[in-house]
Amino acid sequence: MTVNRAPLRERPELLKMSHIEKTFRGDVVALKDMNLTVNQGDFISLLGPSGCGKSTALRLVAGLMRPTNGVIEWSGGQGEGDLGVVFQEPTLMPWAKVKDNVWLPYRLRGKSYFEVKDEVLQTLKLVGLERFQNAYPRELSGGMKMRVAIARAMVTKPRLILMDEPFAALDEISRHKLNNDLLALRDAVGCTVIFVTHSVFESVFLSDRIVVMAARPGRVIRELNVEAPYPRTEEFRTSADYAAFAREASDALHQAMEVAV
Amino acid sequence: MSRENAQMVEDKSVDIEEENIARKERLFAIARWTLPSLMMVLFICGWQAYVTIAQVPHYILPSPLLIAKTLVADWSLLWPAMLMTGRLTVLALLFAVIGGLAIAVSFTQSKLVEMAMFPYAVILQVTPVVAIAPLLQVYVDNAFVAALLCAWIVAFFPILSNTTIGLKSTDHNLEDLFTIYGATRWQRLRYLSAPSALPYFLGGLKIAGGLALIGAVVAEFVIGRAGTGLGLASTLLEASYRFNFGRLYAALILISVMGVAIFGLMSLISHLCLYRWHESALKRE
Repeated sequence: MTVNRAPLRERPELLKMSHIEKTFRGDVVALKDMNLTVNQGDFISLLGPSGCGKSTALRLVAGLMRPTNGVIEWSGGQGEGDLGVVFQEPTLMPWAKVKDNVWLPYRLRGKSYFEVKDEVLQTLKLVGLERFQNAYPRELSGGMKMRVAIARAMVTKPRLILMDEPFAALDEISRHKLNNDLLALRDAVGCTVIFVTHSVFESVFLSDRIVVMAARPGRVIRELNVEAPYPRTEEFRTSADYAAFAREASDALHQAMEVAV
Repeated sequence: MSRENAQMVEDKSVDIEEENIARKERLFAIARWTLPSLMMVLFICGWQAYVTIAQVPHYILPSPLLIAKTLVADWSLLWPAMLMTGRLTVLALLFAVIGGLAIAVSFTQSKLVEMAMFPYAVILQVTPVVAIAPLLQVYVDNAFVAALLCAWIVAFFPILSNTTIGLKSTDHNLEDLFTIYGATRWQRLRYLSAPSALPYFLGGLKIAGGLALIGAVVAEFVIGRAGTGLGLASTLLEASYRFNFGRLYAALILISVMGVAIFGLMSLISHLCLYRWHESALKRE
């Protein structure tokens, strides 16, 4: 599947975080002077040890909290349905069928199921779960639940999707499969992704930009580009390029952990 | 050939184990109904035998046969009494549901309302209803309304407290998701808090059903004495004054039957609402 995504350095800007600072309860500094420009079509991984504020950064972008200082600007302003979110847990409504869970973002915008039925079923088809549209979440496996959560985040074709360690709780095989599928889905929907992870390998396989963060106070210490072409396949996982990028990212992560101590 | 044999042996061993489990399940399915029924038959026979052999006078312990006869003979008196108590119980439960839900929703919509009101809901609950009932009789002219109020006070609290906990126990990530999608207050209540609270509410409903009946019986005991009570509990009380123990036991049995019926109905409602998705209704596979 080929997609017309501009080369890394020529992409138009989507969102800009400038001099972001976030302090909790007056003295816990979660983020200090964080700067990040997110461009259209980026797949950005926020990589860092725990406590480096990567989840805080995500919550700030999601608008779930306000920065103590600094601004987050969307180029052209943030519109309705511009944002999709996937949490570490699938976070499905257990009382609702799969299709009703995916309908939720539209439902909260006042759209009836019949208005958006095609989008819902098409998105479920993309994640390979159209046969399970009438199932309840408890009938699904962990990986399938996560697919429903991804479908829900993507159903409105948002410009930006935020993912907070979505595959951390899954087994290795499911995780690799979901990594592959996520890249295919991203191409199908054409959105930008910010992906929080603490796995070096996951970040290298998925992203074209890795932002390494350090803790106490949380900040960006390194940015590196993974200039390997998409689509990335299982061969990429075993290639020399992959190993080189992984070493680079791993070094940066070690550096981040040393700085923190 | 030898491999096939091994295969057969293995299959057989699995079959025996599975068969044992299946046989046990079949046995339990039959025993679930027959055992308690058998217990009841034995108990009634023993009772009858004791009364007959020891020649216990009927004003001390009536025989099951006498109770059954009274049940038939006094049916024209007991049936309207049962309707009366039933009406009191059902109305009290209905108002308990309406009141409990309304107050629980107002509590969760405004923390300040909860702070101001919750202690008084607790006081209303912990004060024994037997102590409040005579006052209600003084202040409320209509005896039926007074009895209803009495039963309501007992029944509404489990609904209020369970629903309040349920409305607050929404998944935090789902809360965030609703915020991100710009949900209104009403949407949040309708699509998130209410379904989250449903299992808790139904748990409260089961307790409230039993309590509504207890409240109705207490109300009839206390308020019915004024000569207005025509329900089962007042019938029971009156029968005890007259040493009509056949009628007393008949009324008692009917009250128990009502309690069991209410519990069964509430359990059925709960099952129908939850069996598709809630853990409590899950069968282990």
